[in-house]
Amino acid sequence: MWNAELNSRSPEKKRKERIDRGIKVRSSDVFALSSWREMLYLSTPRLLPIVGLLILSIALSHYWQRVLLSVSVFALLAISWDILAQSGMISLGQALFFGTGAYFAGNMNHYFGWPPYVTIPLATIFGGLLCTLFLVPVLRLRGIYFSMVTLVLPLMLVRIIEATRIFGGTEGLSGLGPLPNRWVELYLIIAVLLAALFGFRRLMNSDYGLVLKGINDNDRSVMNAGINIYWFKTQALFIASAIGAFAGAFMTHVYMFVGMPVFALDYSILPIAAAVVGGMGTLAGSMLGAFILVPLSEILRGIGGLRIVFYGLFLVVFTVAVPEGIFHYIQRKYHQFERWVEVE
Amino acid sequence: MDLRKDLLSMLANTIIYGFVNSVILLLVALGFNLTFGISGVANFAYGALYIMGALLCWAFLNPIGLPYFIAVVLAVILTAIAGALMYRFVLLRIRGLVLSEVIATFGIGLALLELFKYVGFIGFEYSLPVISDASLEFGMVVIDLQRIFIVIIGVTMAAFIWFFTHHTRTGLRFRGIAQEERTALSLGINTDRVAMLSVSFGGAYAAIAAIFILPLGTINVEQGYSVLINALAVCIVGGLGSTGGLVLASFLIGYGQTFTVTYLESHWVMLVPLIAILVILIIRPSGLFGKHKELEERI
Amino acid sequence: MSPSPLLKVSGLYKNFGGVQAIDDLNFEIAEGELLGMIGPNGSGKTTAVNLITGFVKPTEGEISYRGKAITGWPPYKIVRLGIARTFQMVKPFYQLPAYKNMIIPLYSPRVKQITGGKFGDRDAVALDLLEEVGFERDAFVAYKAASVLPQGYLKRLELAKAIALQPDLVILDELFSGLSLAEVASIVPIIEKLRQQGKTIIMIEHRLKELFRIADRVIVLNYGKKIAEGNSNDVMDNAAVKKAYLGAEA
Repeated sequence: MWNAELNSRSPEKKRKERIDRGIKVRSSDVFALSSWREMLYLSTPRLLPIVGLLILSIALSHYWQRVLLSVSVFALLAISWDILAQSGMISLGQALFFGTGAYFAGNMNHYFGWPPYVTIPLATIFGGLLCTLFLVPVLRLRGIYFSMVTLVLPLMLVRIIEATRIFGGTEGLSGLGPLPNRWVELYLIIAVLLAALFGFRRLMNSDYGLVLKGINDNDRSVMNAGINIYWFKTQALFIASAIGAFAGAFMTHVYMFVGMPVFALDYSILPIAAAVVGGMGTLAGSMLGAFILVPLSEILRGIGGLRIVFYGLFLVVFTVAVPEGIFHYIQRKYHQFERWVEVE
Repeated sequence: MDLRKDLLSMLANTIIYGFVNSVILLLVALGFNLTFGISGVANFAYGALYIMGALLCWAFLNPIGLPYFIAVVLAVILTAIAGALMYRFVLLRIRGLVLSEVIATFGIGLALLELFKYVGFIGFEYSLPVISDASLEFGMVVIDLQRIFIVIIGVTMAAFIWFFTHHTRTGLRFRGIAQEERTALSLGINTDRVAMLSVSFGGAYAAIAAIFILPLGTINVEQGYSVLINALAVCIVGGLGSTGGLVLASFLIGYGQTFTVTYLESHWVMLVPLIAILVILIIRPSGLFGKHKELEERI
Repeated sequence: MSPSPLLKVSGLYKNFGGVQAIDDLNFEIAEGELLGMIGPNGSGKTTAVNLITGFVKPTEGEISYRGKAITGWPPYKIVRLGIARTFQMVKPFYQLPAYKNMIIPLYSPRVKQITGGKFGDRDAVALDLLEEVGFERDAFVAYKAASVLPQGYLKRLELAKAIALQPDLVILDELFSGLSLAEVASIVPIIEKLRQQGKTIIMIEHRLKELFRIADRVIVLNYGKKIAEGNSNDVMDNAAVKKAYLGAEA
């Protein structure tokens, strides 16, 4: 009978299937030029940060422009962290790079009187070199030693500066040379941020980046291919520490001051939190994380020390529950869609 | 005559206090090494557990008014439980991903320490009592009983760890799960339970260290970070996982610091661990008795 | 032996904290030979290869390549001299497609050195190399992620990675293990082609029948020592070899 037939049939089972969107497939390879829609699909994610930053730089109030400066600096530190992480080095002390660059610039300006457009590039390079030199001996060991040393060094440097009173000691060096005006400050950092984002993304997606990621994945195999993995790691380390040093040198001239706070835990932890929240491995995710966390912490500034409690909790929650990060989620939604299909 | 006697007395003081200082460093590093070096479970919330142990003991003593012995035991047990809870709810989900373990435990430690600071556990009233106010005389050196007690505790704890990890079943399991977890699993070792035990033991050690060392001063939350730095320094110099290396490293750094304070200037003190780390990284990167070396071990 | 062997190992010892993995190993290989290295499990074959290719440093002894001492050199320098090896446990970069796995060897300074710096698109060269080892081009097998490829293809990928380095001496560590007879039969021509190109090959193998068909000479290891050497028939008749493999007097 009709009823019996219905009842004897097993319930339909469905599963979720995830496939690329049509427009993604159409815009891959040369077919992207076939229509404006495809070109728009490809260019929007790239134009968004550029246009967004430009608009923000003009539309925000003076106070929030300073916040944007801060956001950009942390975004640079987060990008630097991500580059190291993709190469297999987990840095727990971005503050080391930031502080070294800051002190180089501050000291050159204070003791030699060199102007910012000289100190900042020099601090970037020499800061990067010095940090690389400090960390090269640990590159041959298990990754955890790198993390431990990067964690310990800035914390120690703070105490040493405090105790030995060098480089200005507890009061630091103040009255340093400023940048011409706040528009130069803003656009300089935005330009550097965008250049770093797109430039290093390109680098990490190229064959060179593949070698670095290969070292992270299976270093024995890369060594077997005749590549000196320690030299490559050193290069990645230099790039990342130079980025951090630039950020530090830049901020020294924005605040016209350099002191012990440049080695503060904030500068080490926030970039990691930004990368974890935003999504590791894509540079863009780290930047996104910074754009979320820094304004958030500004808003939470009123609650003082509790701010760091929040970072800590954020870190834990995201590491455990949403390990892939927000950017990967958005990226997935942009490129793919999900639907229910019957199980055969 | 007098000058020589002064110099001798200074030297004797330095040697004795250097010994104490070294044992303090050792005591602090033991718990961290137990969890991280020996069992392979990252626990960067160590500094927070240290302070938590001390604060718990204070809470049991002062507002609640329990007798000293009970307060200590309770504080240690509760800190151990805190470690186990941290494992159960956080570390368990990210076991094996060292990066995530480090970040998550670091986040917890950070949140806890800053929370303590925010809630306001700062000030002179937050201090733990010494065992006794008395002091002993060793020839030219006067030393207080508390410090002697610390030395006894430190040596005992170190010996206990050594014995535990080399001669008891559970201790050997601690080492097993770090070396090769799959093999440990296939031998019937419940690696998650062992790892949880190791985190709680580490927490207990942190609490014990805090309860006996902090009476020398006050409970200062900043110490939470210093403790982590010192533990890391000792572990890096001595070599992760090796109790012997830890002992040697803490004596090197401890004596280095004490000699610096006595004969040079006291604010160079922080330079000693840094220089120790840098020197070790140059001459013997995996630590004095470190076993974790390079590619060779993994082929 | 020819007057100047390509590779010479003399008086090699390696001790791993109490385990004597290699115990006074001596052998040579002439240019163009295919040398088989056999022996029971744990006899030290892979350790010998690790010592030659620089992944492990010997406790004592010397290794020389074309007359030059390479004892204790790091792997990347040894590769640049023209020695390449495959690993017993293949571990490709799983998330990457097969041809992207080839990019890393092609990025190596060894390749730049040989081709004089002029190089085509690495992707194209990778696809060509994969086709040579049997990745069917029209089925686009080379584009598949390494995680979905069966063992036969993964072994071939490993072989291709070694060939990409344009070595003069190729060391294959248990290439045939885990492969079906048909898969082995399809890989052997590739090895023959390498020989025709004049390359010298060392093969560690357990699959003796397949090895003996192509090897010129065979050495047998047991507990880190060389217990026999010669062509395949002589070696298999050797009493010590039989004892090592079968554990009893034959």
